[in-house]
Amino acid sequence: MEEPTKAIKEIHPDPSATSGVHPMENLLRMERMPHIWCPTCGIGLAVTAFTAALTKANIDTNKMSIVSGIGCTGRVAGYVKLDSFHTTHGRPIAFGTGIRVANPGIKVVVFSGDGDLIAIGGNHFIHAARRNIDMLVICVNNFIYAMTGGQVAPTTPLAAYATTSPYGCVEPPFNIPYIADSAGAVYVARWTTLHVRRLTNSITEALQKTGFSVVEVISPCGMYYSRINRLGDGLDMMRFYHDNVEIRNGEDTKNLDIGFQTKIICGKFVDRERPSYMERYNQWLSEVKGARGEG
Amino acid sequence: MKFWRKPLDLDKITVPHGEVHIFKDRCKGCAFCVEYCPKDVLDMSEEFNIKGYHPPYVKNPDDCLECHLCEMLCPEFAIFVTLKEEEKSAKVPINKGEK
Repeated sequence: MEEPTKAIKEIHPDPSATSGVHPMENLLRMERMPHIWCPTCGIGLAVTAFTAALTKANIDTNKMSIVSGIGCTGRVAGYVKLDSFHTTHGRPIAFGTGIRVANPGIKVVVFSGDGDLIAIGGNHFIHAARRNIDMLVICVNNFIYAMTGGQVAPTTPLAAYATTSPYGCVEPPFNIPYIADSAGAVYVARWTTLHVRRLTNSITEALQKTGFSVVEVISPCGMYYSRINRLGDGLDMMRFYHDNVEIRNGEDTKNLDIGFQTKIICGKFVDRERPSYMERYNQWLSEVKGARGEG
Repeated sequence: MKFWRKPLDLDKITVPHGEVHIFKDRCKGCAFCVEYCPKDVLDMSEEFNIKGYHPPYVKNPDDCLECHLCEMLCPEFAIFVTLKEEEKSAKVPINKGEK
């Protein structure tokens, strides 16, 4: 890590810091901290789980790339010390596909929010799952467009308030594990930010898979979703997850709809094998070239 | 530490003790670590940090069992746990929690 300049040290003196270095600092760009996420936001916990999983999975971080789109979660790529891409709105999967196809030695992680991946990037999401491109998608779902001021997102539960739904949301929300499963993802899991250990294990497992893996992370949004709906702050949302989450591994993804303040079903739902895009492509190419006598 | 029955291998296994390190000026006062510490080691302090939030402080330093849950639940990367210095060189096998 680069040594912070003297000026930065003077602006951010840390006299209370105890001796020692935080164990995750080697994977984070500490010169960009403090991050922009509000107090009691859950995205920091998703990053914690991700860095812990990287350490646990023992992966060569030089052969890894993290791609983010726009939004609160889109900032993650800037804070994690890997080869980072901060891309246009909704297109992280398209950029990730490009990286993966151009250099198949690189493991791609797409770390973005629900508004970025499922709304604007919805088509990229389903088509990447259909092609089974080898990447891990971590989708942080906070039920709202948080960075732009709390507008209705395609994951906002029915009857939940947002700045653009003053009488409650009338649109049925997307069920992200169901979309991923039906489009052909090989690994689908959902956890809340409270289940950090299980989330870490899930990300570790998904990093080892070849194919399109999706991990949905339900995160509290203390500043918009729970403030507009009068649900308290992020700590109250964490207490809600503690009381209302049911873990059902292997559950049929049809049953995973999330209503407003209803039970949330978490777990690992899909873990299967399908030939990935690059495997299919290379096999097809060698067959065609063999038939033409070019191989 | 209290047990509801005496474990059979109590003499063979030592319970680790951790030391909690807090970067007070990184804290944004979300209180996740205080809420979910299984041994109630931490508590919110009355003092302010450089940003104007109340950081946590170590209330019961001897109760920490080095489970690293506060480290995992901190969104600001402001808290971490190490094994106590005197236990690092201990020869007895230490029953480490899941990391």
